[in-house]
Amino acid sequence: MIEAFLALFPAAVLAQAPAIMVAAPMLGAALATVLPGGRPAWVVALFCSLITAVFAFVLLFQTWGGEVISYAMGGWAPPLGIEFRIDGLNAPVLLLLGVLSLLGVIFALPSVADEIAPRKQSLFYATFLVCLTGLIGVTSTGDAFNMFVFLEISSIATYILVAMGAEQDRRALTASFNYLVLGTIGATFFVIGVGFLYMATGTLNMHDMALRLVELDDNRVVQVAFAFVIVGLGLKAAMFPLHVWLPNAYSFAPSFVTAFLASTATKVAFYTLIRFIFDVFSVEAPFVSAAFVWVIAALGVIGMIAASVQANFQTDARRLLAFSSVGQLGYMLLGLGIGTAAGVTAGVLHLLNHALMKGALFMALGVFAIRYGVRSINDLRGLGRTMPATASAFSVAGLSLVGIPMTVGFVSKWYLVSAALDRGWWWAVAAIAVSSLLALGYVGRLLASIWLQSPPERALMAAKDRIPVMMLAPMWVLAIANVWFFFDATPIVELARGAAEAALAGAPR
Amino acid sequence: MNEMIAHLTPALPVILAGLLAAATPWYGLRKAITLAGPLLAAAMWFAVAAPGTYGVIEVAGHTLETFRFDATSRLWGLVFIIAAFLNALYGLHGRSRLQDAAALIYAGAGVGAVFAGDLLTLFFFWELTALASVFLIWASATPSAYRAGLRYLVIQVLSGVLLLTGAVIHADAAGSWRFDAIGLDSPGGAVILIAFAIKAAFPLVHNWMTESYPKATPFGAVVLSAFTTKLAIYALARGFAGEDILIQIGVVMALFPVFFALVADDLRKTLAYSLMSQLGVMVAAIGLGGQMAIGGAAAMAVASVLYKGLLFMTMGAVLAQAGTVQASRLGGLWRAMPLTALFTLAGSAAIMAVPLTVGFAGKALALTAFAREGMDLVWLALMAASAAAVLHTGIKIPYMAFFAPPREGGVDVSKVKEAPAGMLMAMGLAAFLCVYLGINYGALYDLLPYRATYDPFSYGHVISQLQVIAAVLAAFALLARLGLYPRPRPGEILDVDWLYRRLGYGVARWGWLMTDRLWASMDNVVMRLGKRAAARLHETFSPIGTLSRDIPSGALTIWTGALLALVLIVAYFAS
Repeated sequence: MIEAFLALFPAAVLAQAPAIMVAAPMLGAALATVLPGGRPAWVVALFCSLITAVFAFVLLFQTWGGEVISYAMGGWAPPLGIEFRIDGLNAPVLLLLGVLSLLGVIFALPSVADEIAPRKQSLFYATFLVCLTGLIGVTSTGDAFNMFVFLEISSIATYILVAMGAEQDRRALTASFNYLVLGTIGATFFVIGVGFLYMATGTLNMHDMALRLVELDDNRVVQVAFAFVIVGLGLKAAMFPLHVWLPNAYSFAPSFVTAFLASTATKVAFYTLIRFIFDVFSVEAPFVSAAFVWVIAALGVIGMIAASVQANFQTDARRLLAFSSVGQLGYMLLGLGIGTAAGVTAGVLHLLNHALMKGALFMALGVFAIRYGVRSINDLRGLGRTMPATASAFSVAGLSLVGIPMTVGFVSKWYLVSAALDRGWWWAVAAIAVSSLLALGYVGRLLASIWLQSPPERALMAAKDRIPVMMLAPMWVLAIANVWFFFDATPIVELARGAAEAALAGAPR
Repeated sequence: MNEMIAHLTPALPVILAGLLAAATPWYGLRKAITLAGPLLAAAMWFAVAAPGTYGVIEVAGHTLETFRFDATSRLWGLVFIIAAFLNALYGLHGRSRLQDAAALIYAGAGVGAVFAGDLLTLFFFWELTALASVFLIWASATPSAYRAGLRYLVIQVLSGVLLLTGAVIHADAAGSWRFDAIGLDSPGGAVILIAFAIKAAFPLVHNWMTESYPKATPFGAVVLSAFTTKLAIYALARGFAGEDILIQIGVVMALFPVFFALVADDLRKTLAYSLMSQLGVMVAAIGLGGQMAIGGAAAMAVASVLYKGLLFMTMGAVLAQAGTVQASRLGGLWRAMPLTALFTLAGSAAIMAVPLTVGFAGKALALTAFAREGMDLVWLALMAASAAAVLHTGIKIPYMAFFAPPREGGVDVSKVKEAPAGMLMAMGLAAFLCVYLGINYGALYDLLPYRATYDPFSYGHVISQLQVIAAVLAAFALLARLGLYPRPRPGEILDVDWLYRRLGYGVARWGWLMTDRLWASMDNVVMRLGKRAAARLHETFSPIGTLSRDIPSGALTIWTGALLALVLIVAYFAS
């Protein structure tokens, strides 16, 4: 099947796949800027994300079984030229980007038409495409400085996308500003770290860097670089306690932006963390293994409990889910901090699964918002009666978030618990249990409000205009995926396992 | 393929029927589905030719045994299927789609858990019972039922989480996921025991039951009473037979709820406490271990599903027809609901363990096991518990509801109608089984895990049991005749037990008062602590709390700096 799929493309196209992935949305963005209205720009965005989705599959199949694609950008050979390097670790992330941006764009048309002023819509799609370009670039590049550049491209586009929520709620502007300040600090820390690394190794190519770092384990400069990189990327990934920008950004951005960012942006930042910790630095280096326990796992556990508690106290549904995202990132960090192949598998698995859950949840909230304009948890009451289908999809994804069996959330928690037990980390298992109960609490609040309370009078009176299928279809795809991949867990588990292998294999040493 | 279908777990048709019922808006068709599900499951049960493990499936590298049909599981499986059918019959007039579906899924999950051959399958169905059953409480649609349901759900899910944790540890140590004797030797065993203890309503973790059952719908309480606790008894019998600690726990559990059952005004609450006391006897028998005691526990579990189900059904009928089950507002209903009254008497007889009822056949076996082991003290305590059962359930329930003189300002008997036909059929069938299995007790004993060669109708046993019943009945009759039997009034619990004082329960009164006060002050302390903690949490985490304040971006950078320092320090000291 893989061969049949790859045979559809001419060899010349296949060879250029990494470049096409990143070039398509970049050119699309330029085109969308000059288009007159929202709808043509949307068509461009749809086309570009379709291309990325298709080529994400191409790259995934090409790297299936541990192959590594090294693509020299512009024919300049690495390590001096910029290299795009696709292996088992970033191919799944590219797939996530491709598929979720495609689903997101399908969802976007009615939602954006509702929330963004018509004359800004084409620029909105252009910005989205720039953001996508940045994210794909960060994921595919093998050059540390190039990664910084793409990180900034995606981040600046993200600030704009968040600020677009100002038409609904002016607070989006301060949220975006805060995000900008902190995001810039994160990027600066990262680039300082990269500078130190350059100083120590004399190269910017990550693969090359890893080879040279082997001899430099005790070098203080390398350790300082490590600290700066971890903190910088941790901030981008919303690692507790550097998550403060995230709840506001998620709750005031337009619905589509939240759904897209929640399922992709932090995931990409998390991928960069894995890439640096495992691939560039050596896991065997004492300062890295100490950081696993005392920084990454510890912050992961604190984050997953503290953020879950905070989620329980929220009144705004999107904010609640945003805090939940910070908590869920704790699970991934914990998996990373365990540091074994099983742990990284669990972390990446949860990364993929969490994108499925949060994508579906935020899309469902977007559907609620377009029909009734509701945002607070109290306003969700009775939606089980007025919008049973969407409420069901929301519930499925919500239960998956808790980790109920028969949903994909259970699978990743399962792997995480097994990985923690393998290392004998009882406290981590206990923390997972506590945090799951907390998750049950906040999801329970949402579901109780939706299903058990009666709808307000005016909701029953309101005219029932049809919800566009374009919004419902992507939401259902994600909600069903949440159940499907429990019963057929092999594909995603294999993806995660491949990623873990690629991460742990690291540079040949 | 045929092989596969022939050996699917009987849980499947019941759960599927539940899912179908959830999607079927037409009343007639839905009721047909609810009745057909358990019948199909029963057919599957009878179709199994020989004990063995069937329905083995592979999921993600784990072997799940979904249908282990052996001497222990077949009995529980059958009685659960019968209970599911009786419940469906009882709910024939219910219009609520939610309740129909939840009841079936819950019953199917119970059946599935009983037939689970490994801990993972058990966990799956264990959680499913929790998730499905909570809707039966929420269906009451009152705020207090909603809150009770939430608390119920949390503690039930906690039980599931503990089960999974314990199972992982246990499987790690034992190298196998099979669900057999677990024992308390490993830490995993202890965690699993706590999970079972929660579902079995051990003292101190029993509140979920006595709180939520009385708040469920009439139909819901019937369904709830059948499965959760009996499933836990099954799990204990399989995993922890012969663990001595269970004897002590069982005795406490049998005696502790007696006073609460006596004074409760809500008759369904009385039933819930009485159920807990019965479960205590079973737990003690499991703790004793050995063929006879386990057989006795199994027989009692069967009996308890039948007569407790029957009593919850009759009280549900009273609640549905008269609008209340408060002892202080009922009385004289036998004129209005003669058949229900008759069935209540059958259920009471069974719980009093009157010879020739199923209760006698079960209890005789369990208690004799203790007598034979020479554990006189335990025997005496359990005997006392069953004497108390005569009073707090056997007499109180029928008397308060049906035969006491009607109350001033209570329910107007002339306006109450007999229960509808479906309820009557279900109650009649349950009452018939209570008596039939008491007379033809061989049919019950043949199904027990260990073939019991025991004749419950020995001279000594019949006489001693009759003496107990007669003594309590006589005392009660005398007092009722003289008009001294008190009428429970809400809020005046002390009034009630002066009767027991006169009968020599003076100690009981004192004990109750003390417990009550202790409880109240404990409540106070807990509440105050809880409030303060909640306030603190709120101050910190809520949208207007410390952590959510809009911190100026400058201050946030300090966090970033602090974290950088942390990583640097870790890296510095590591190398």
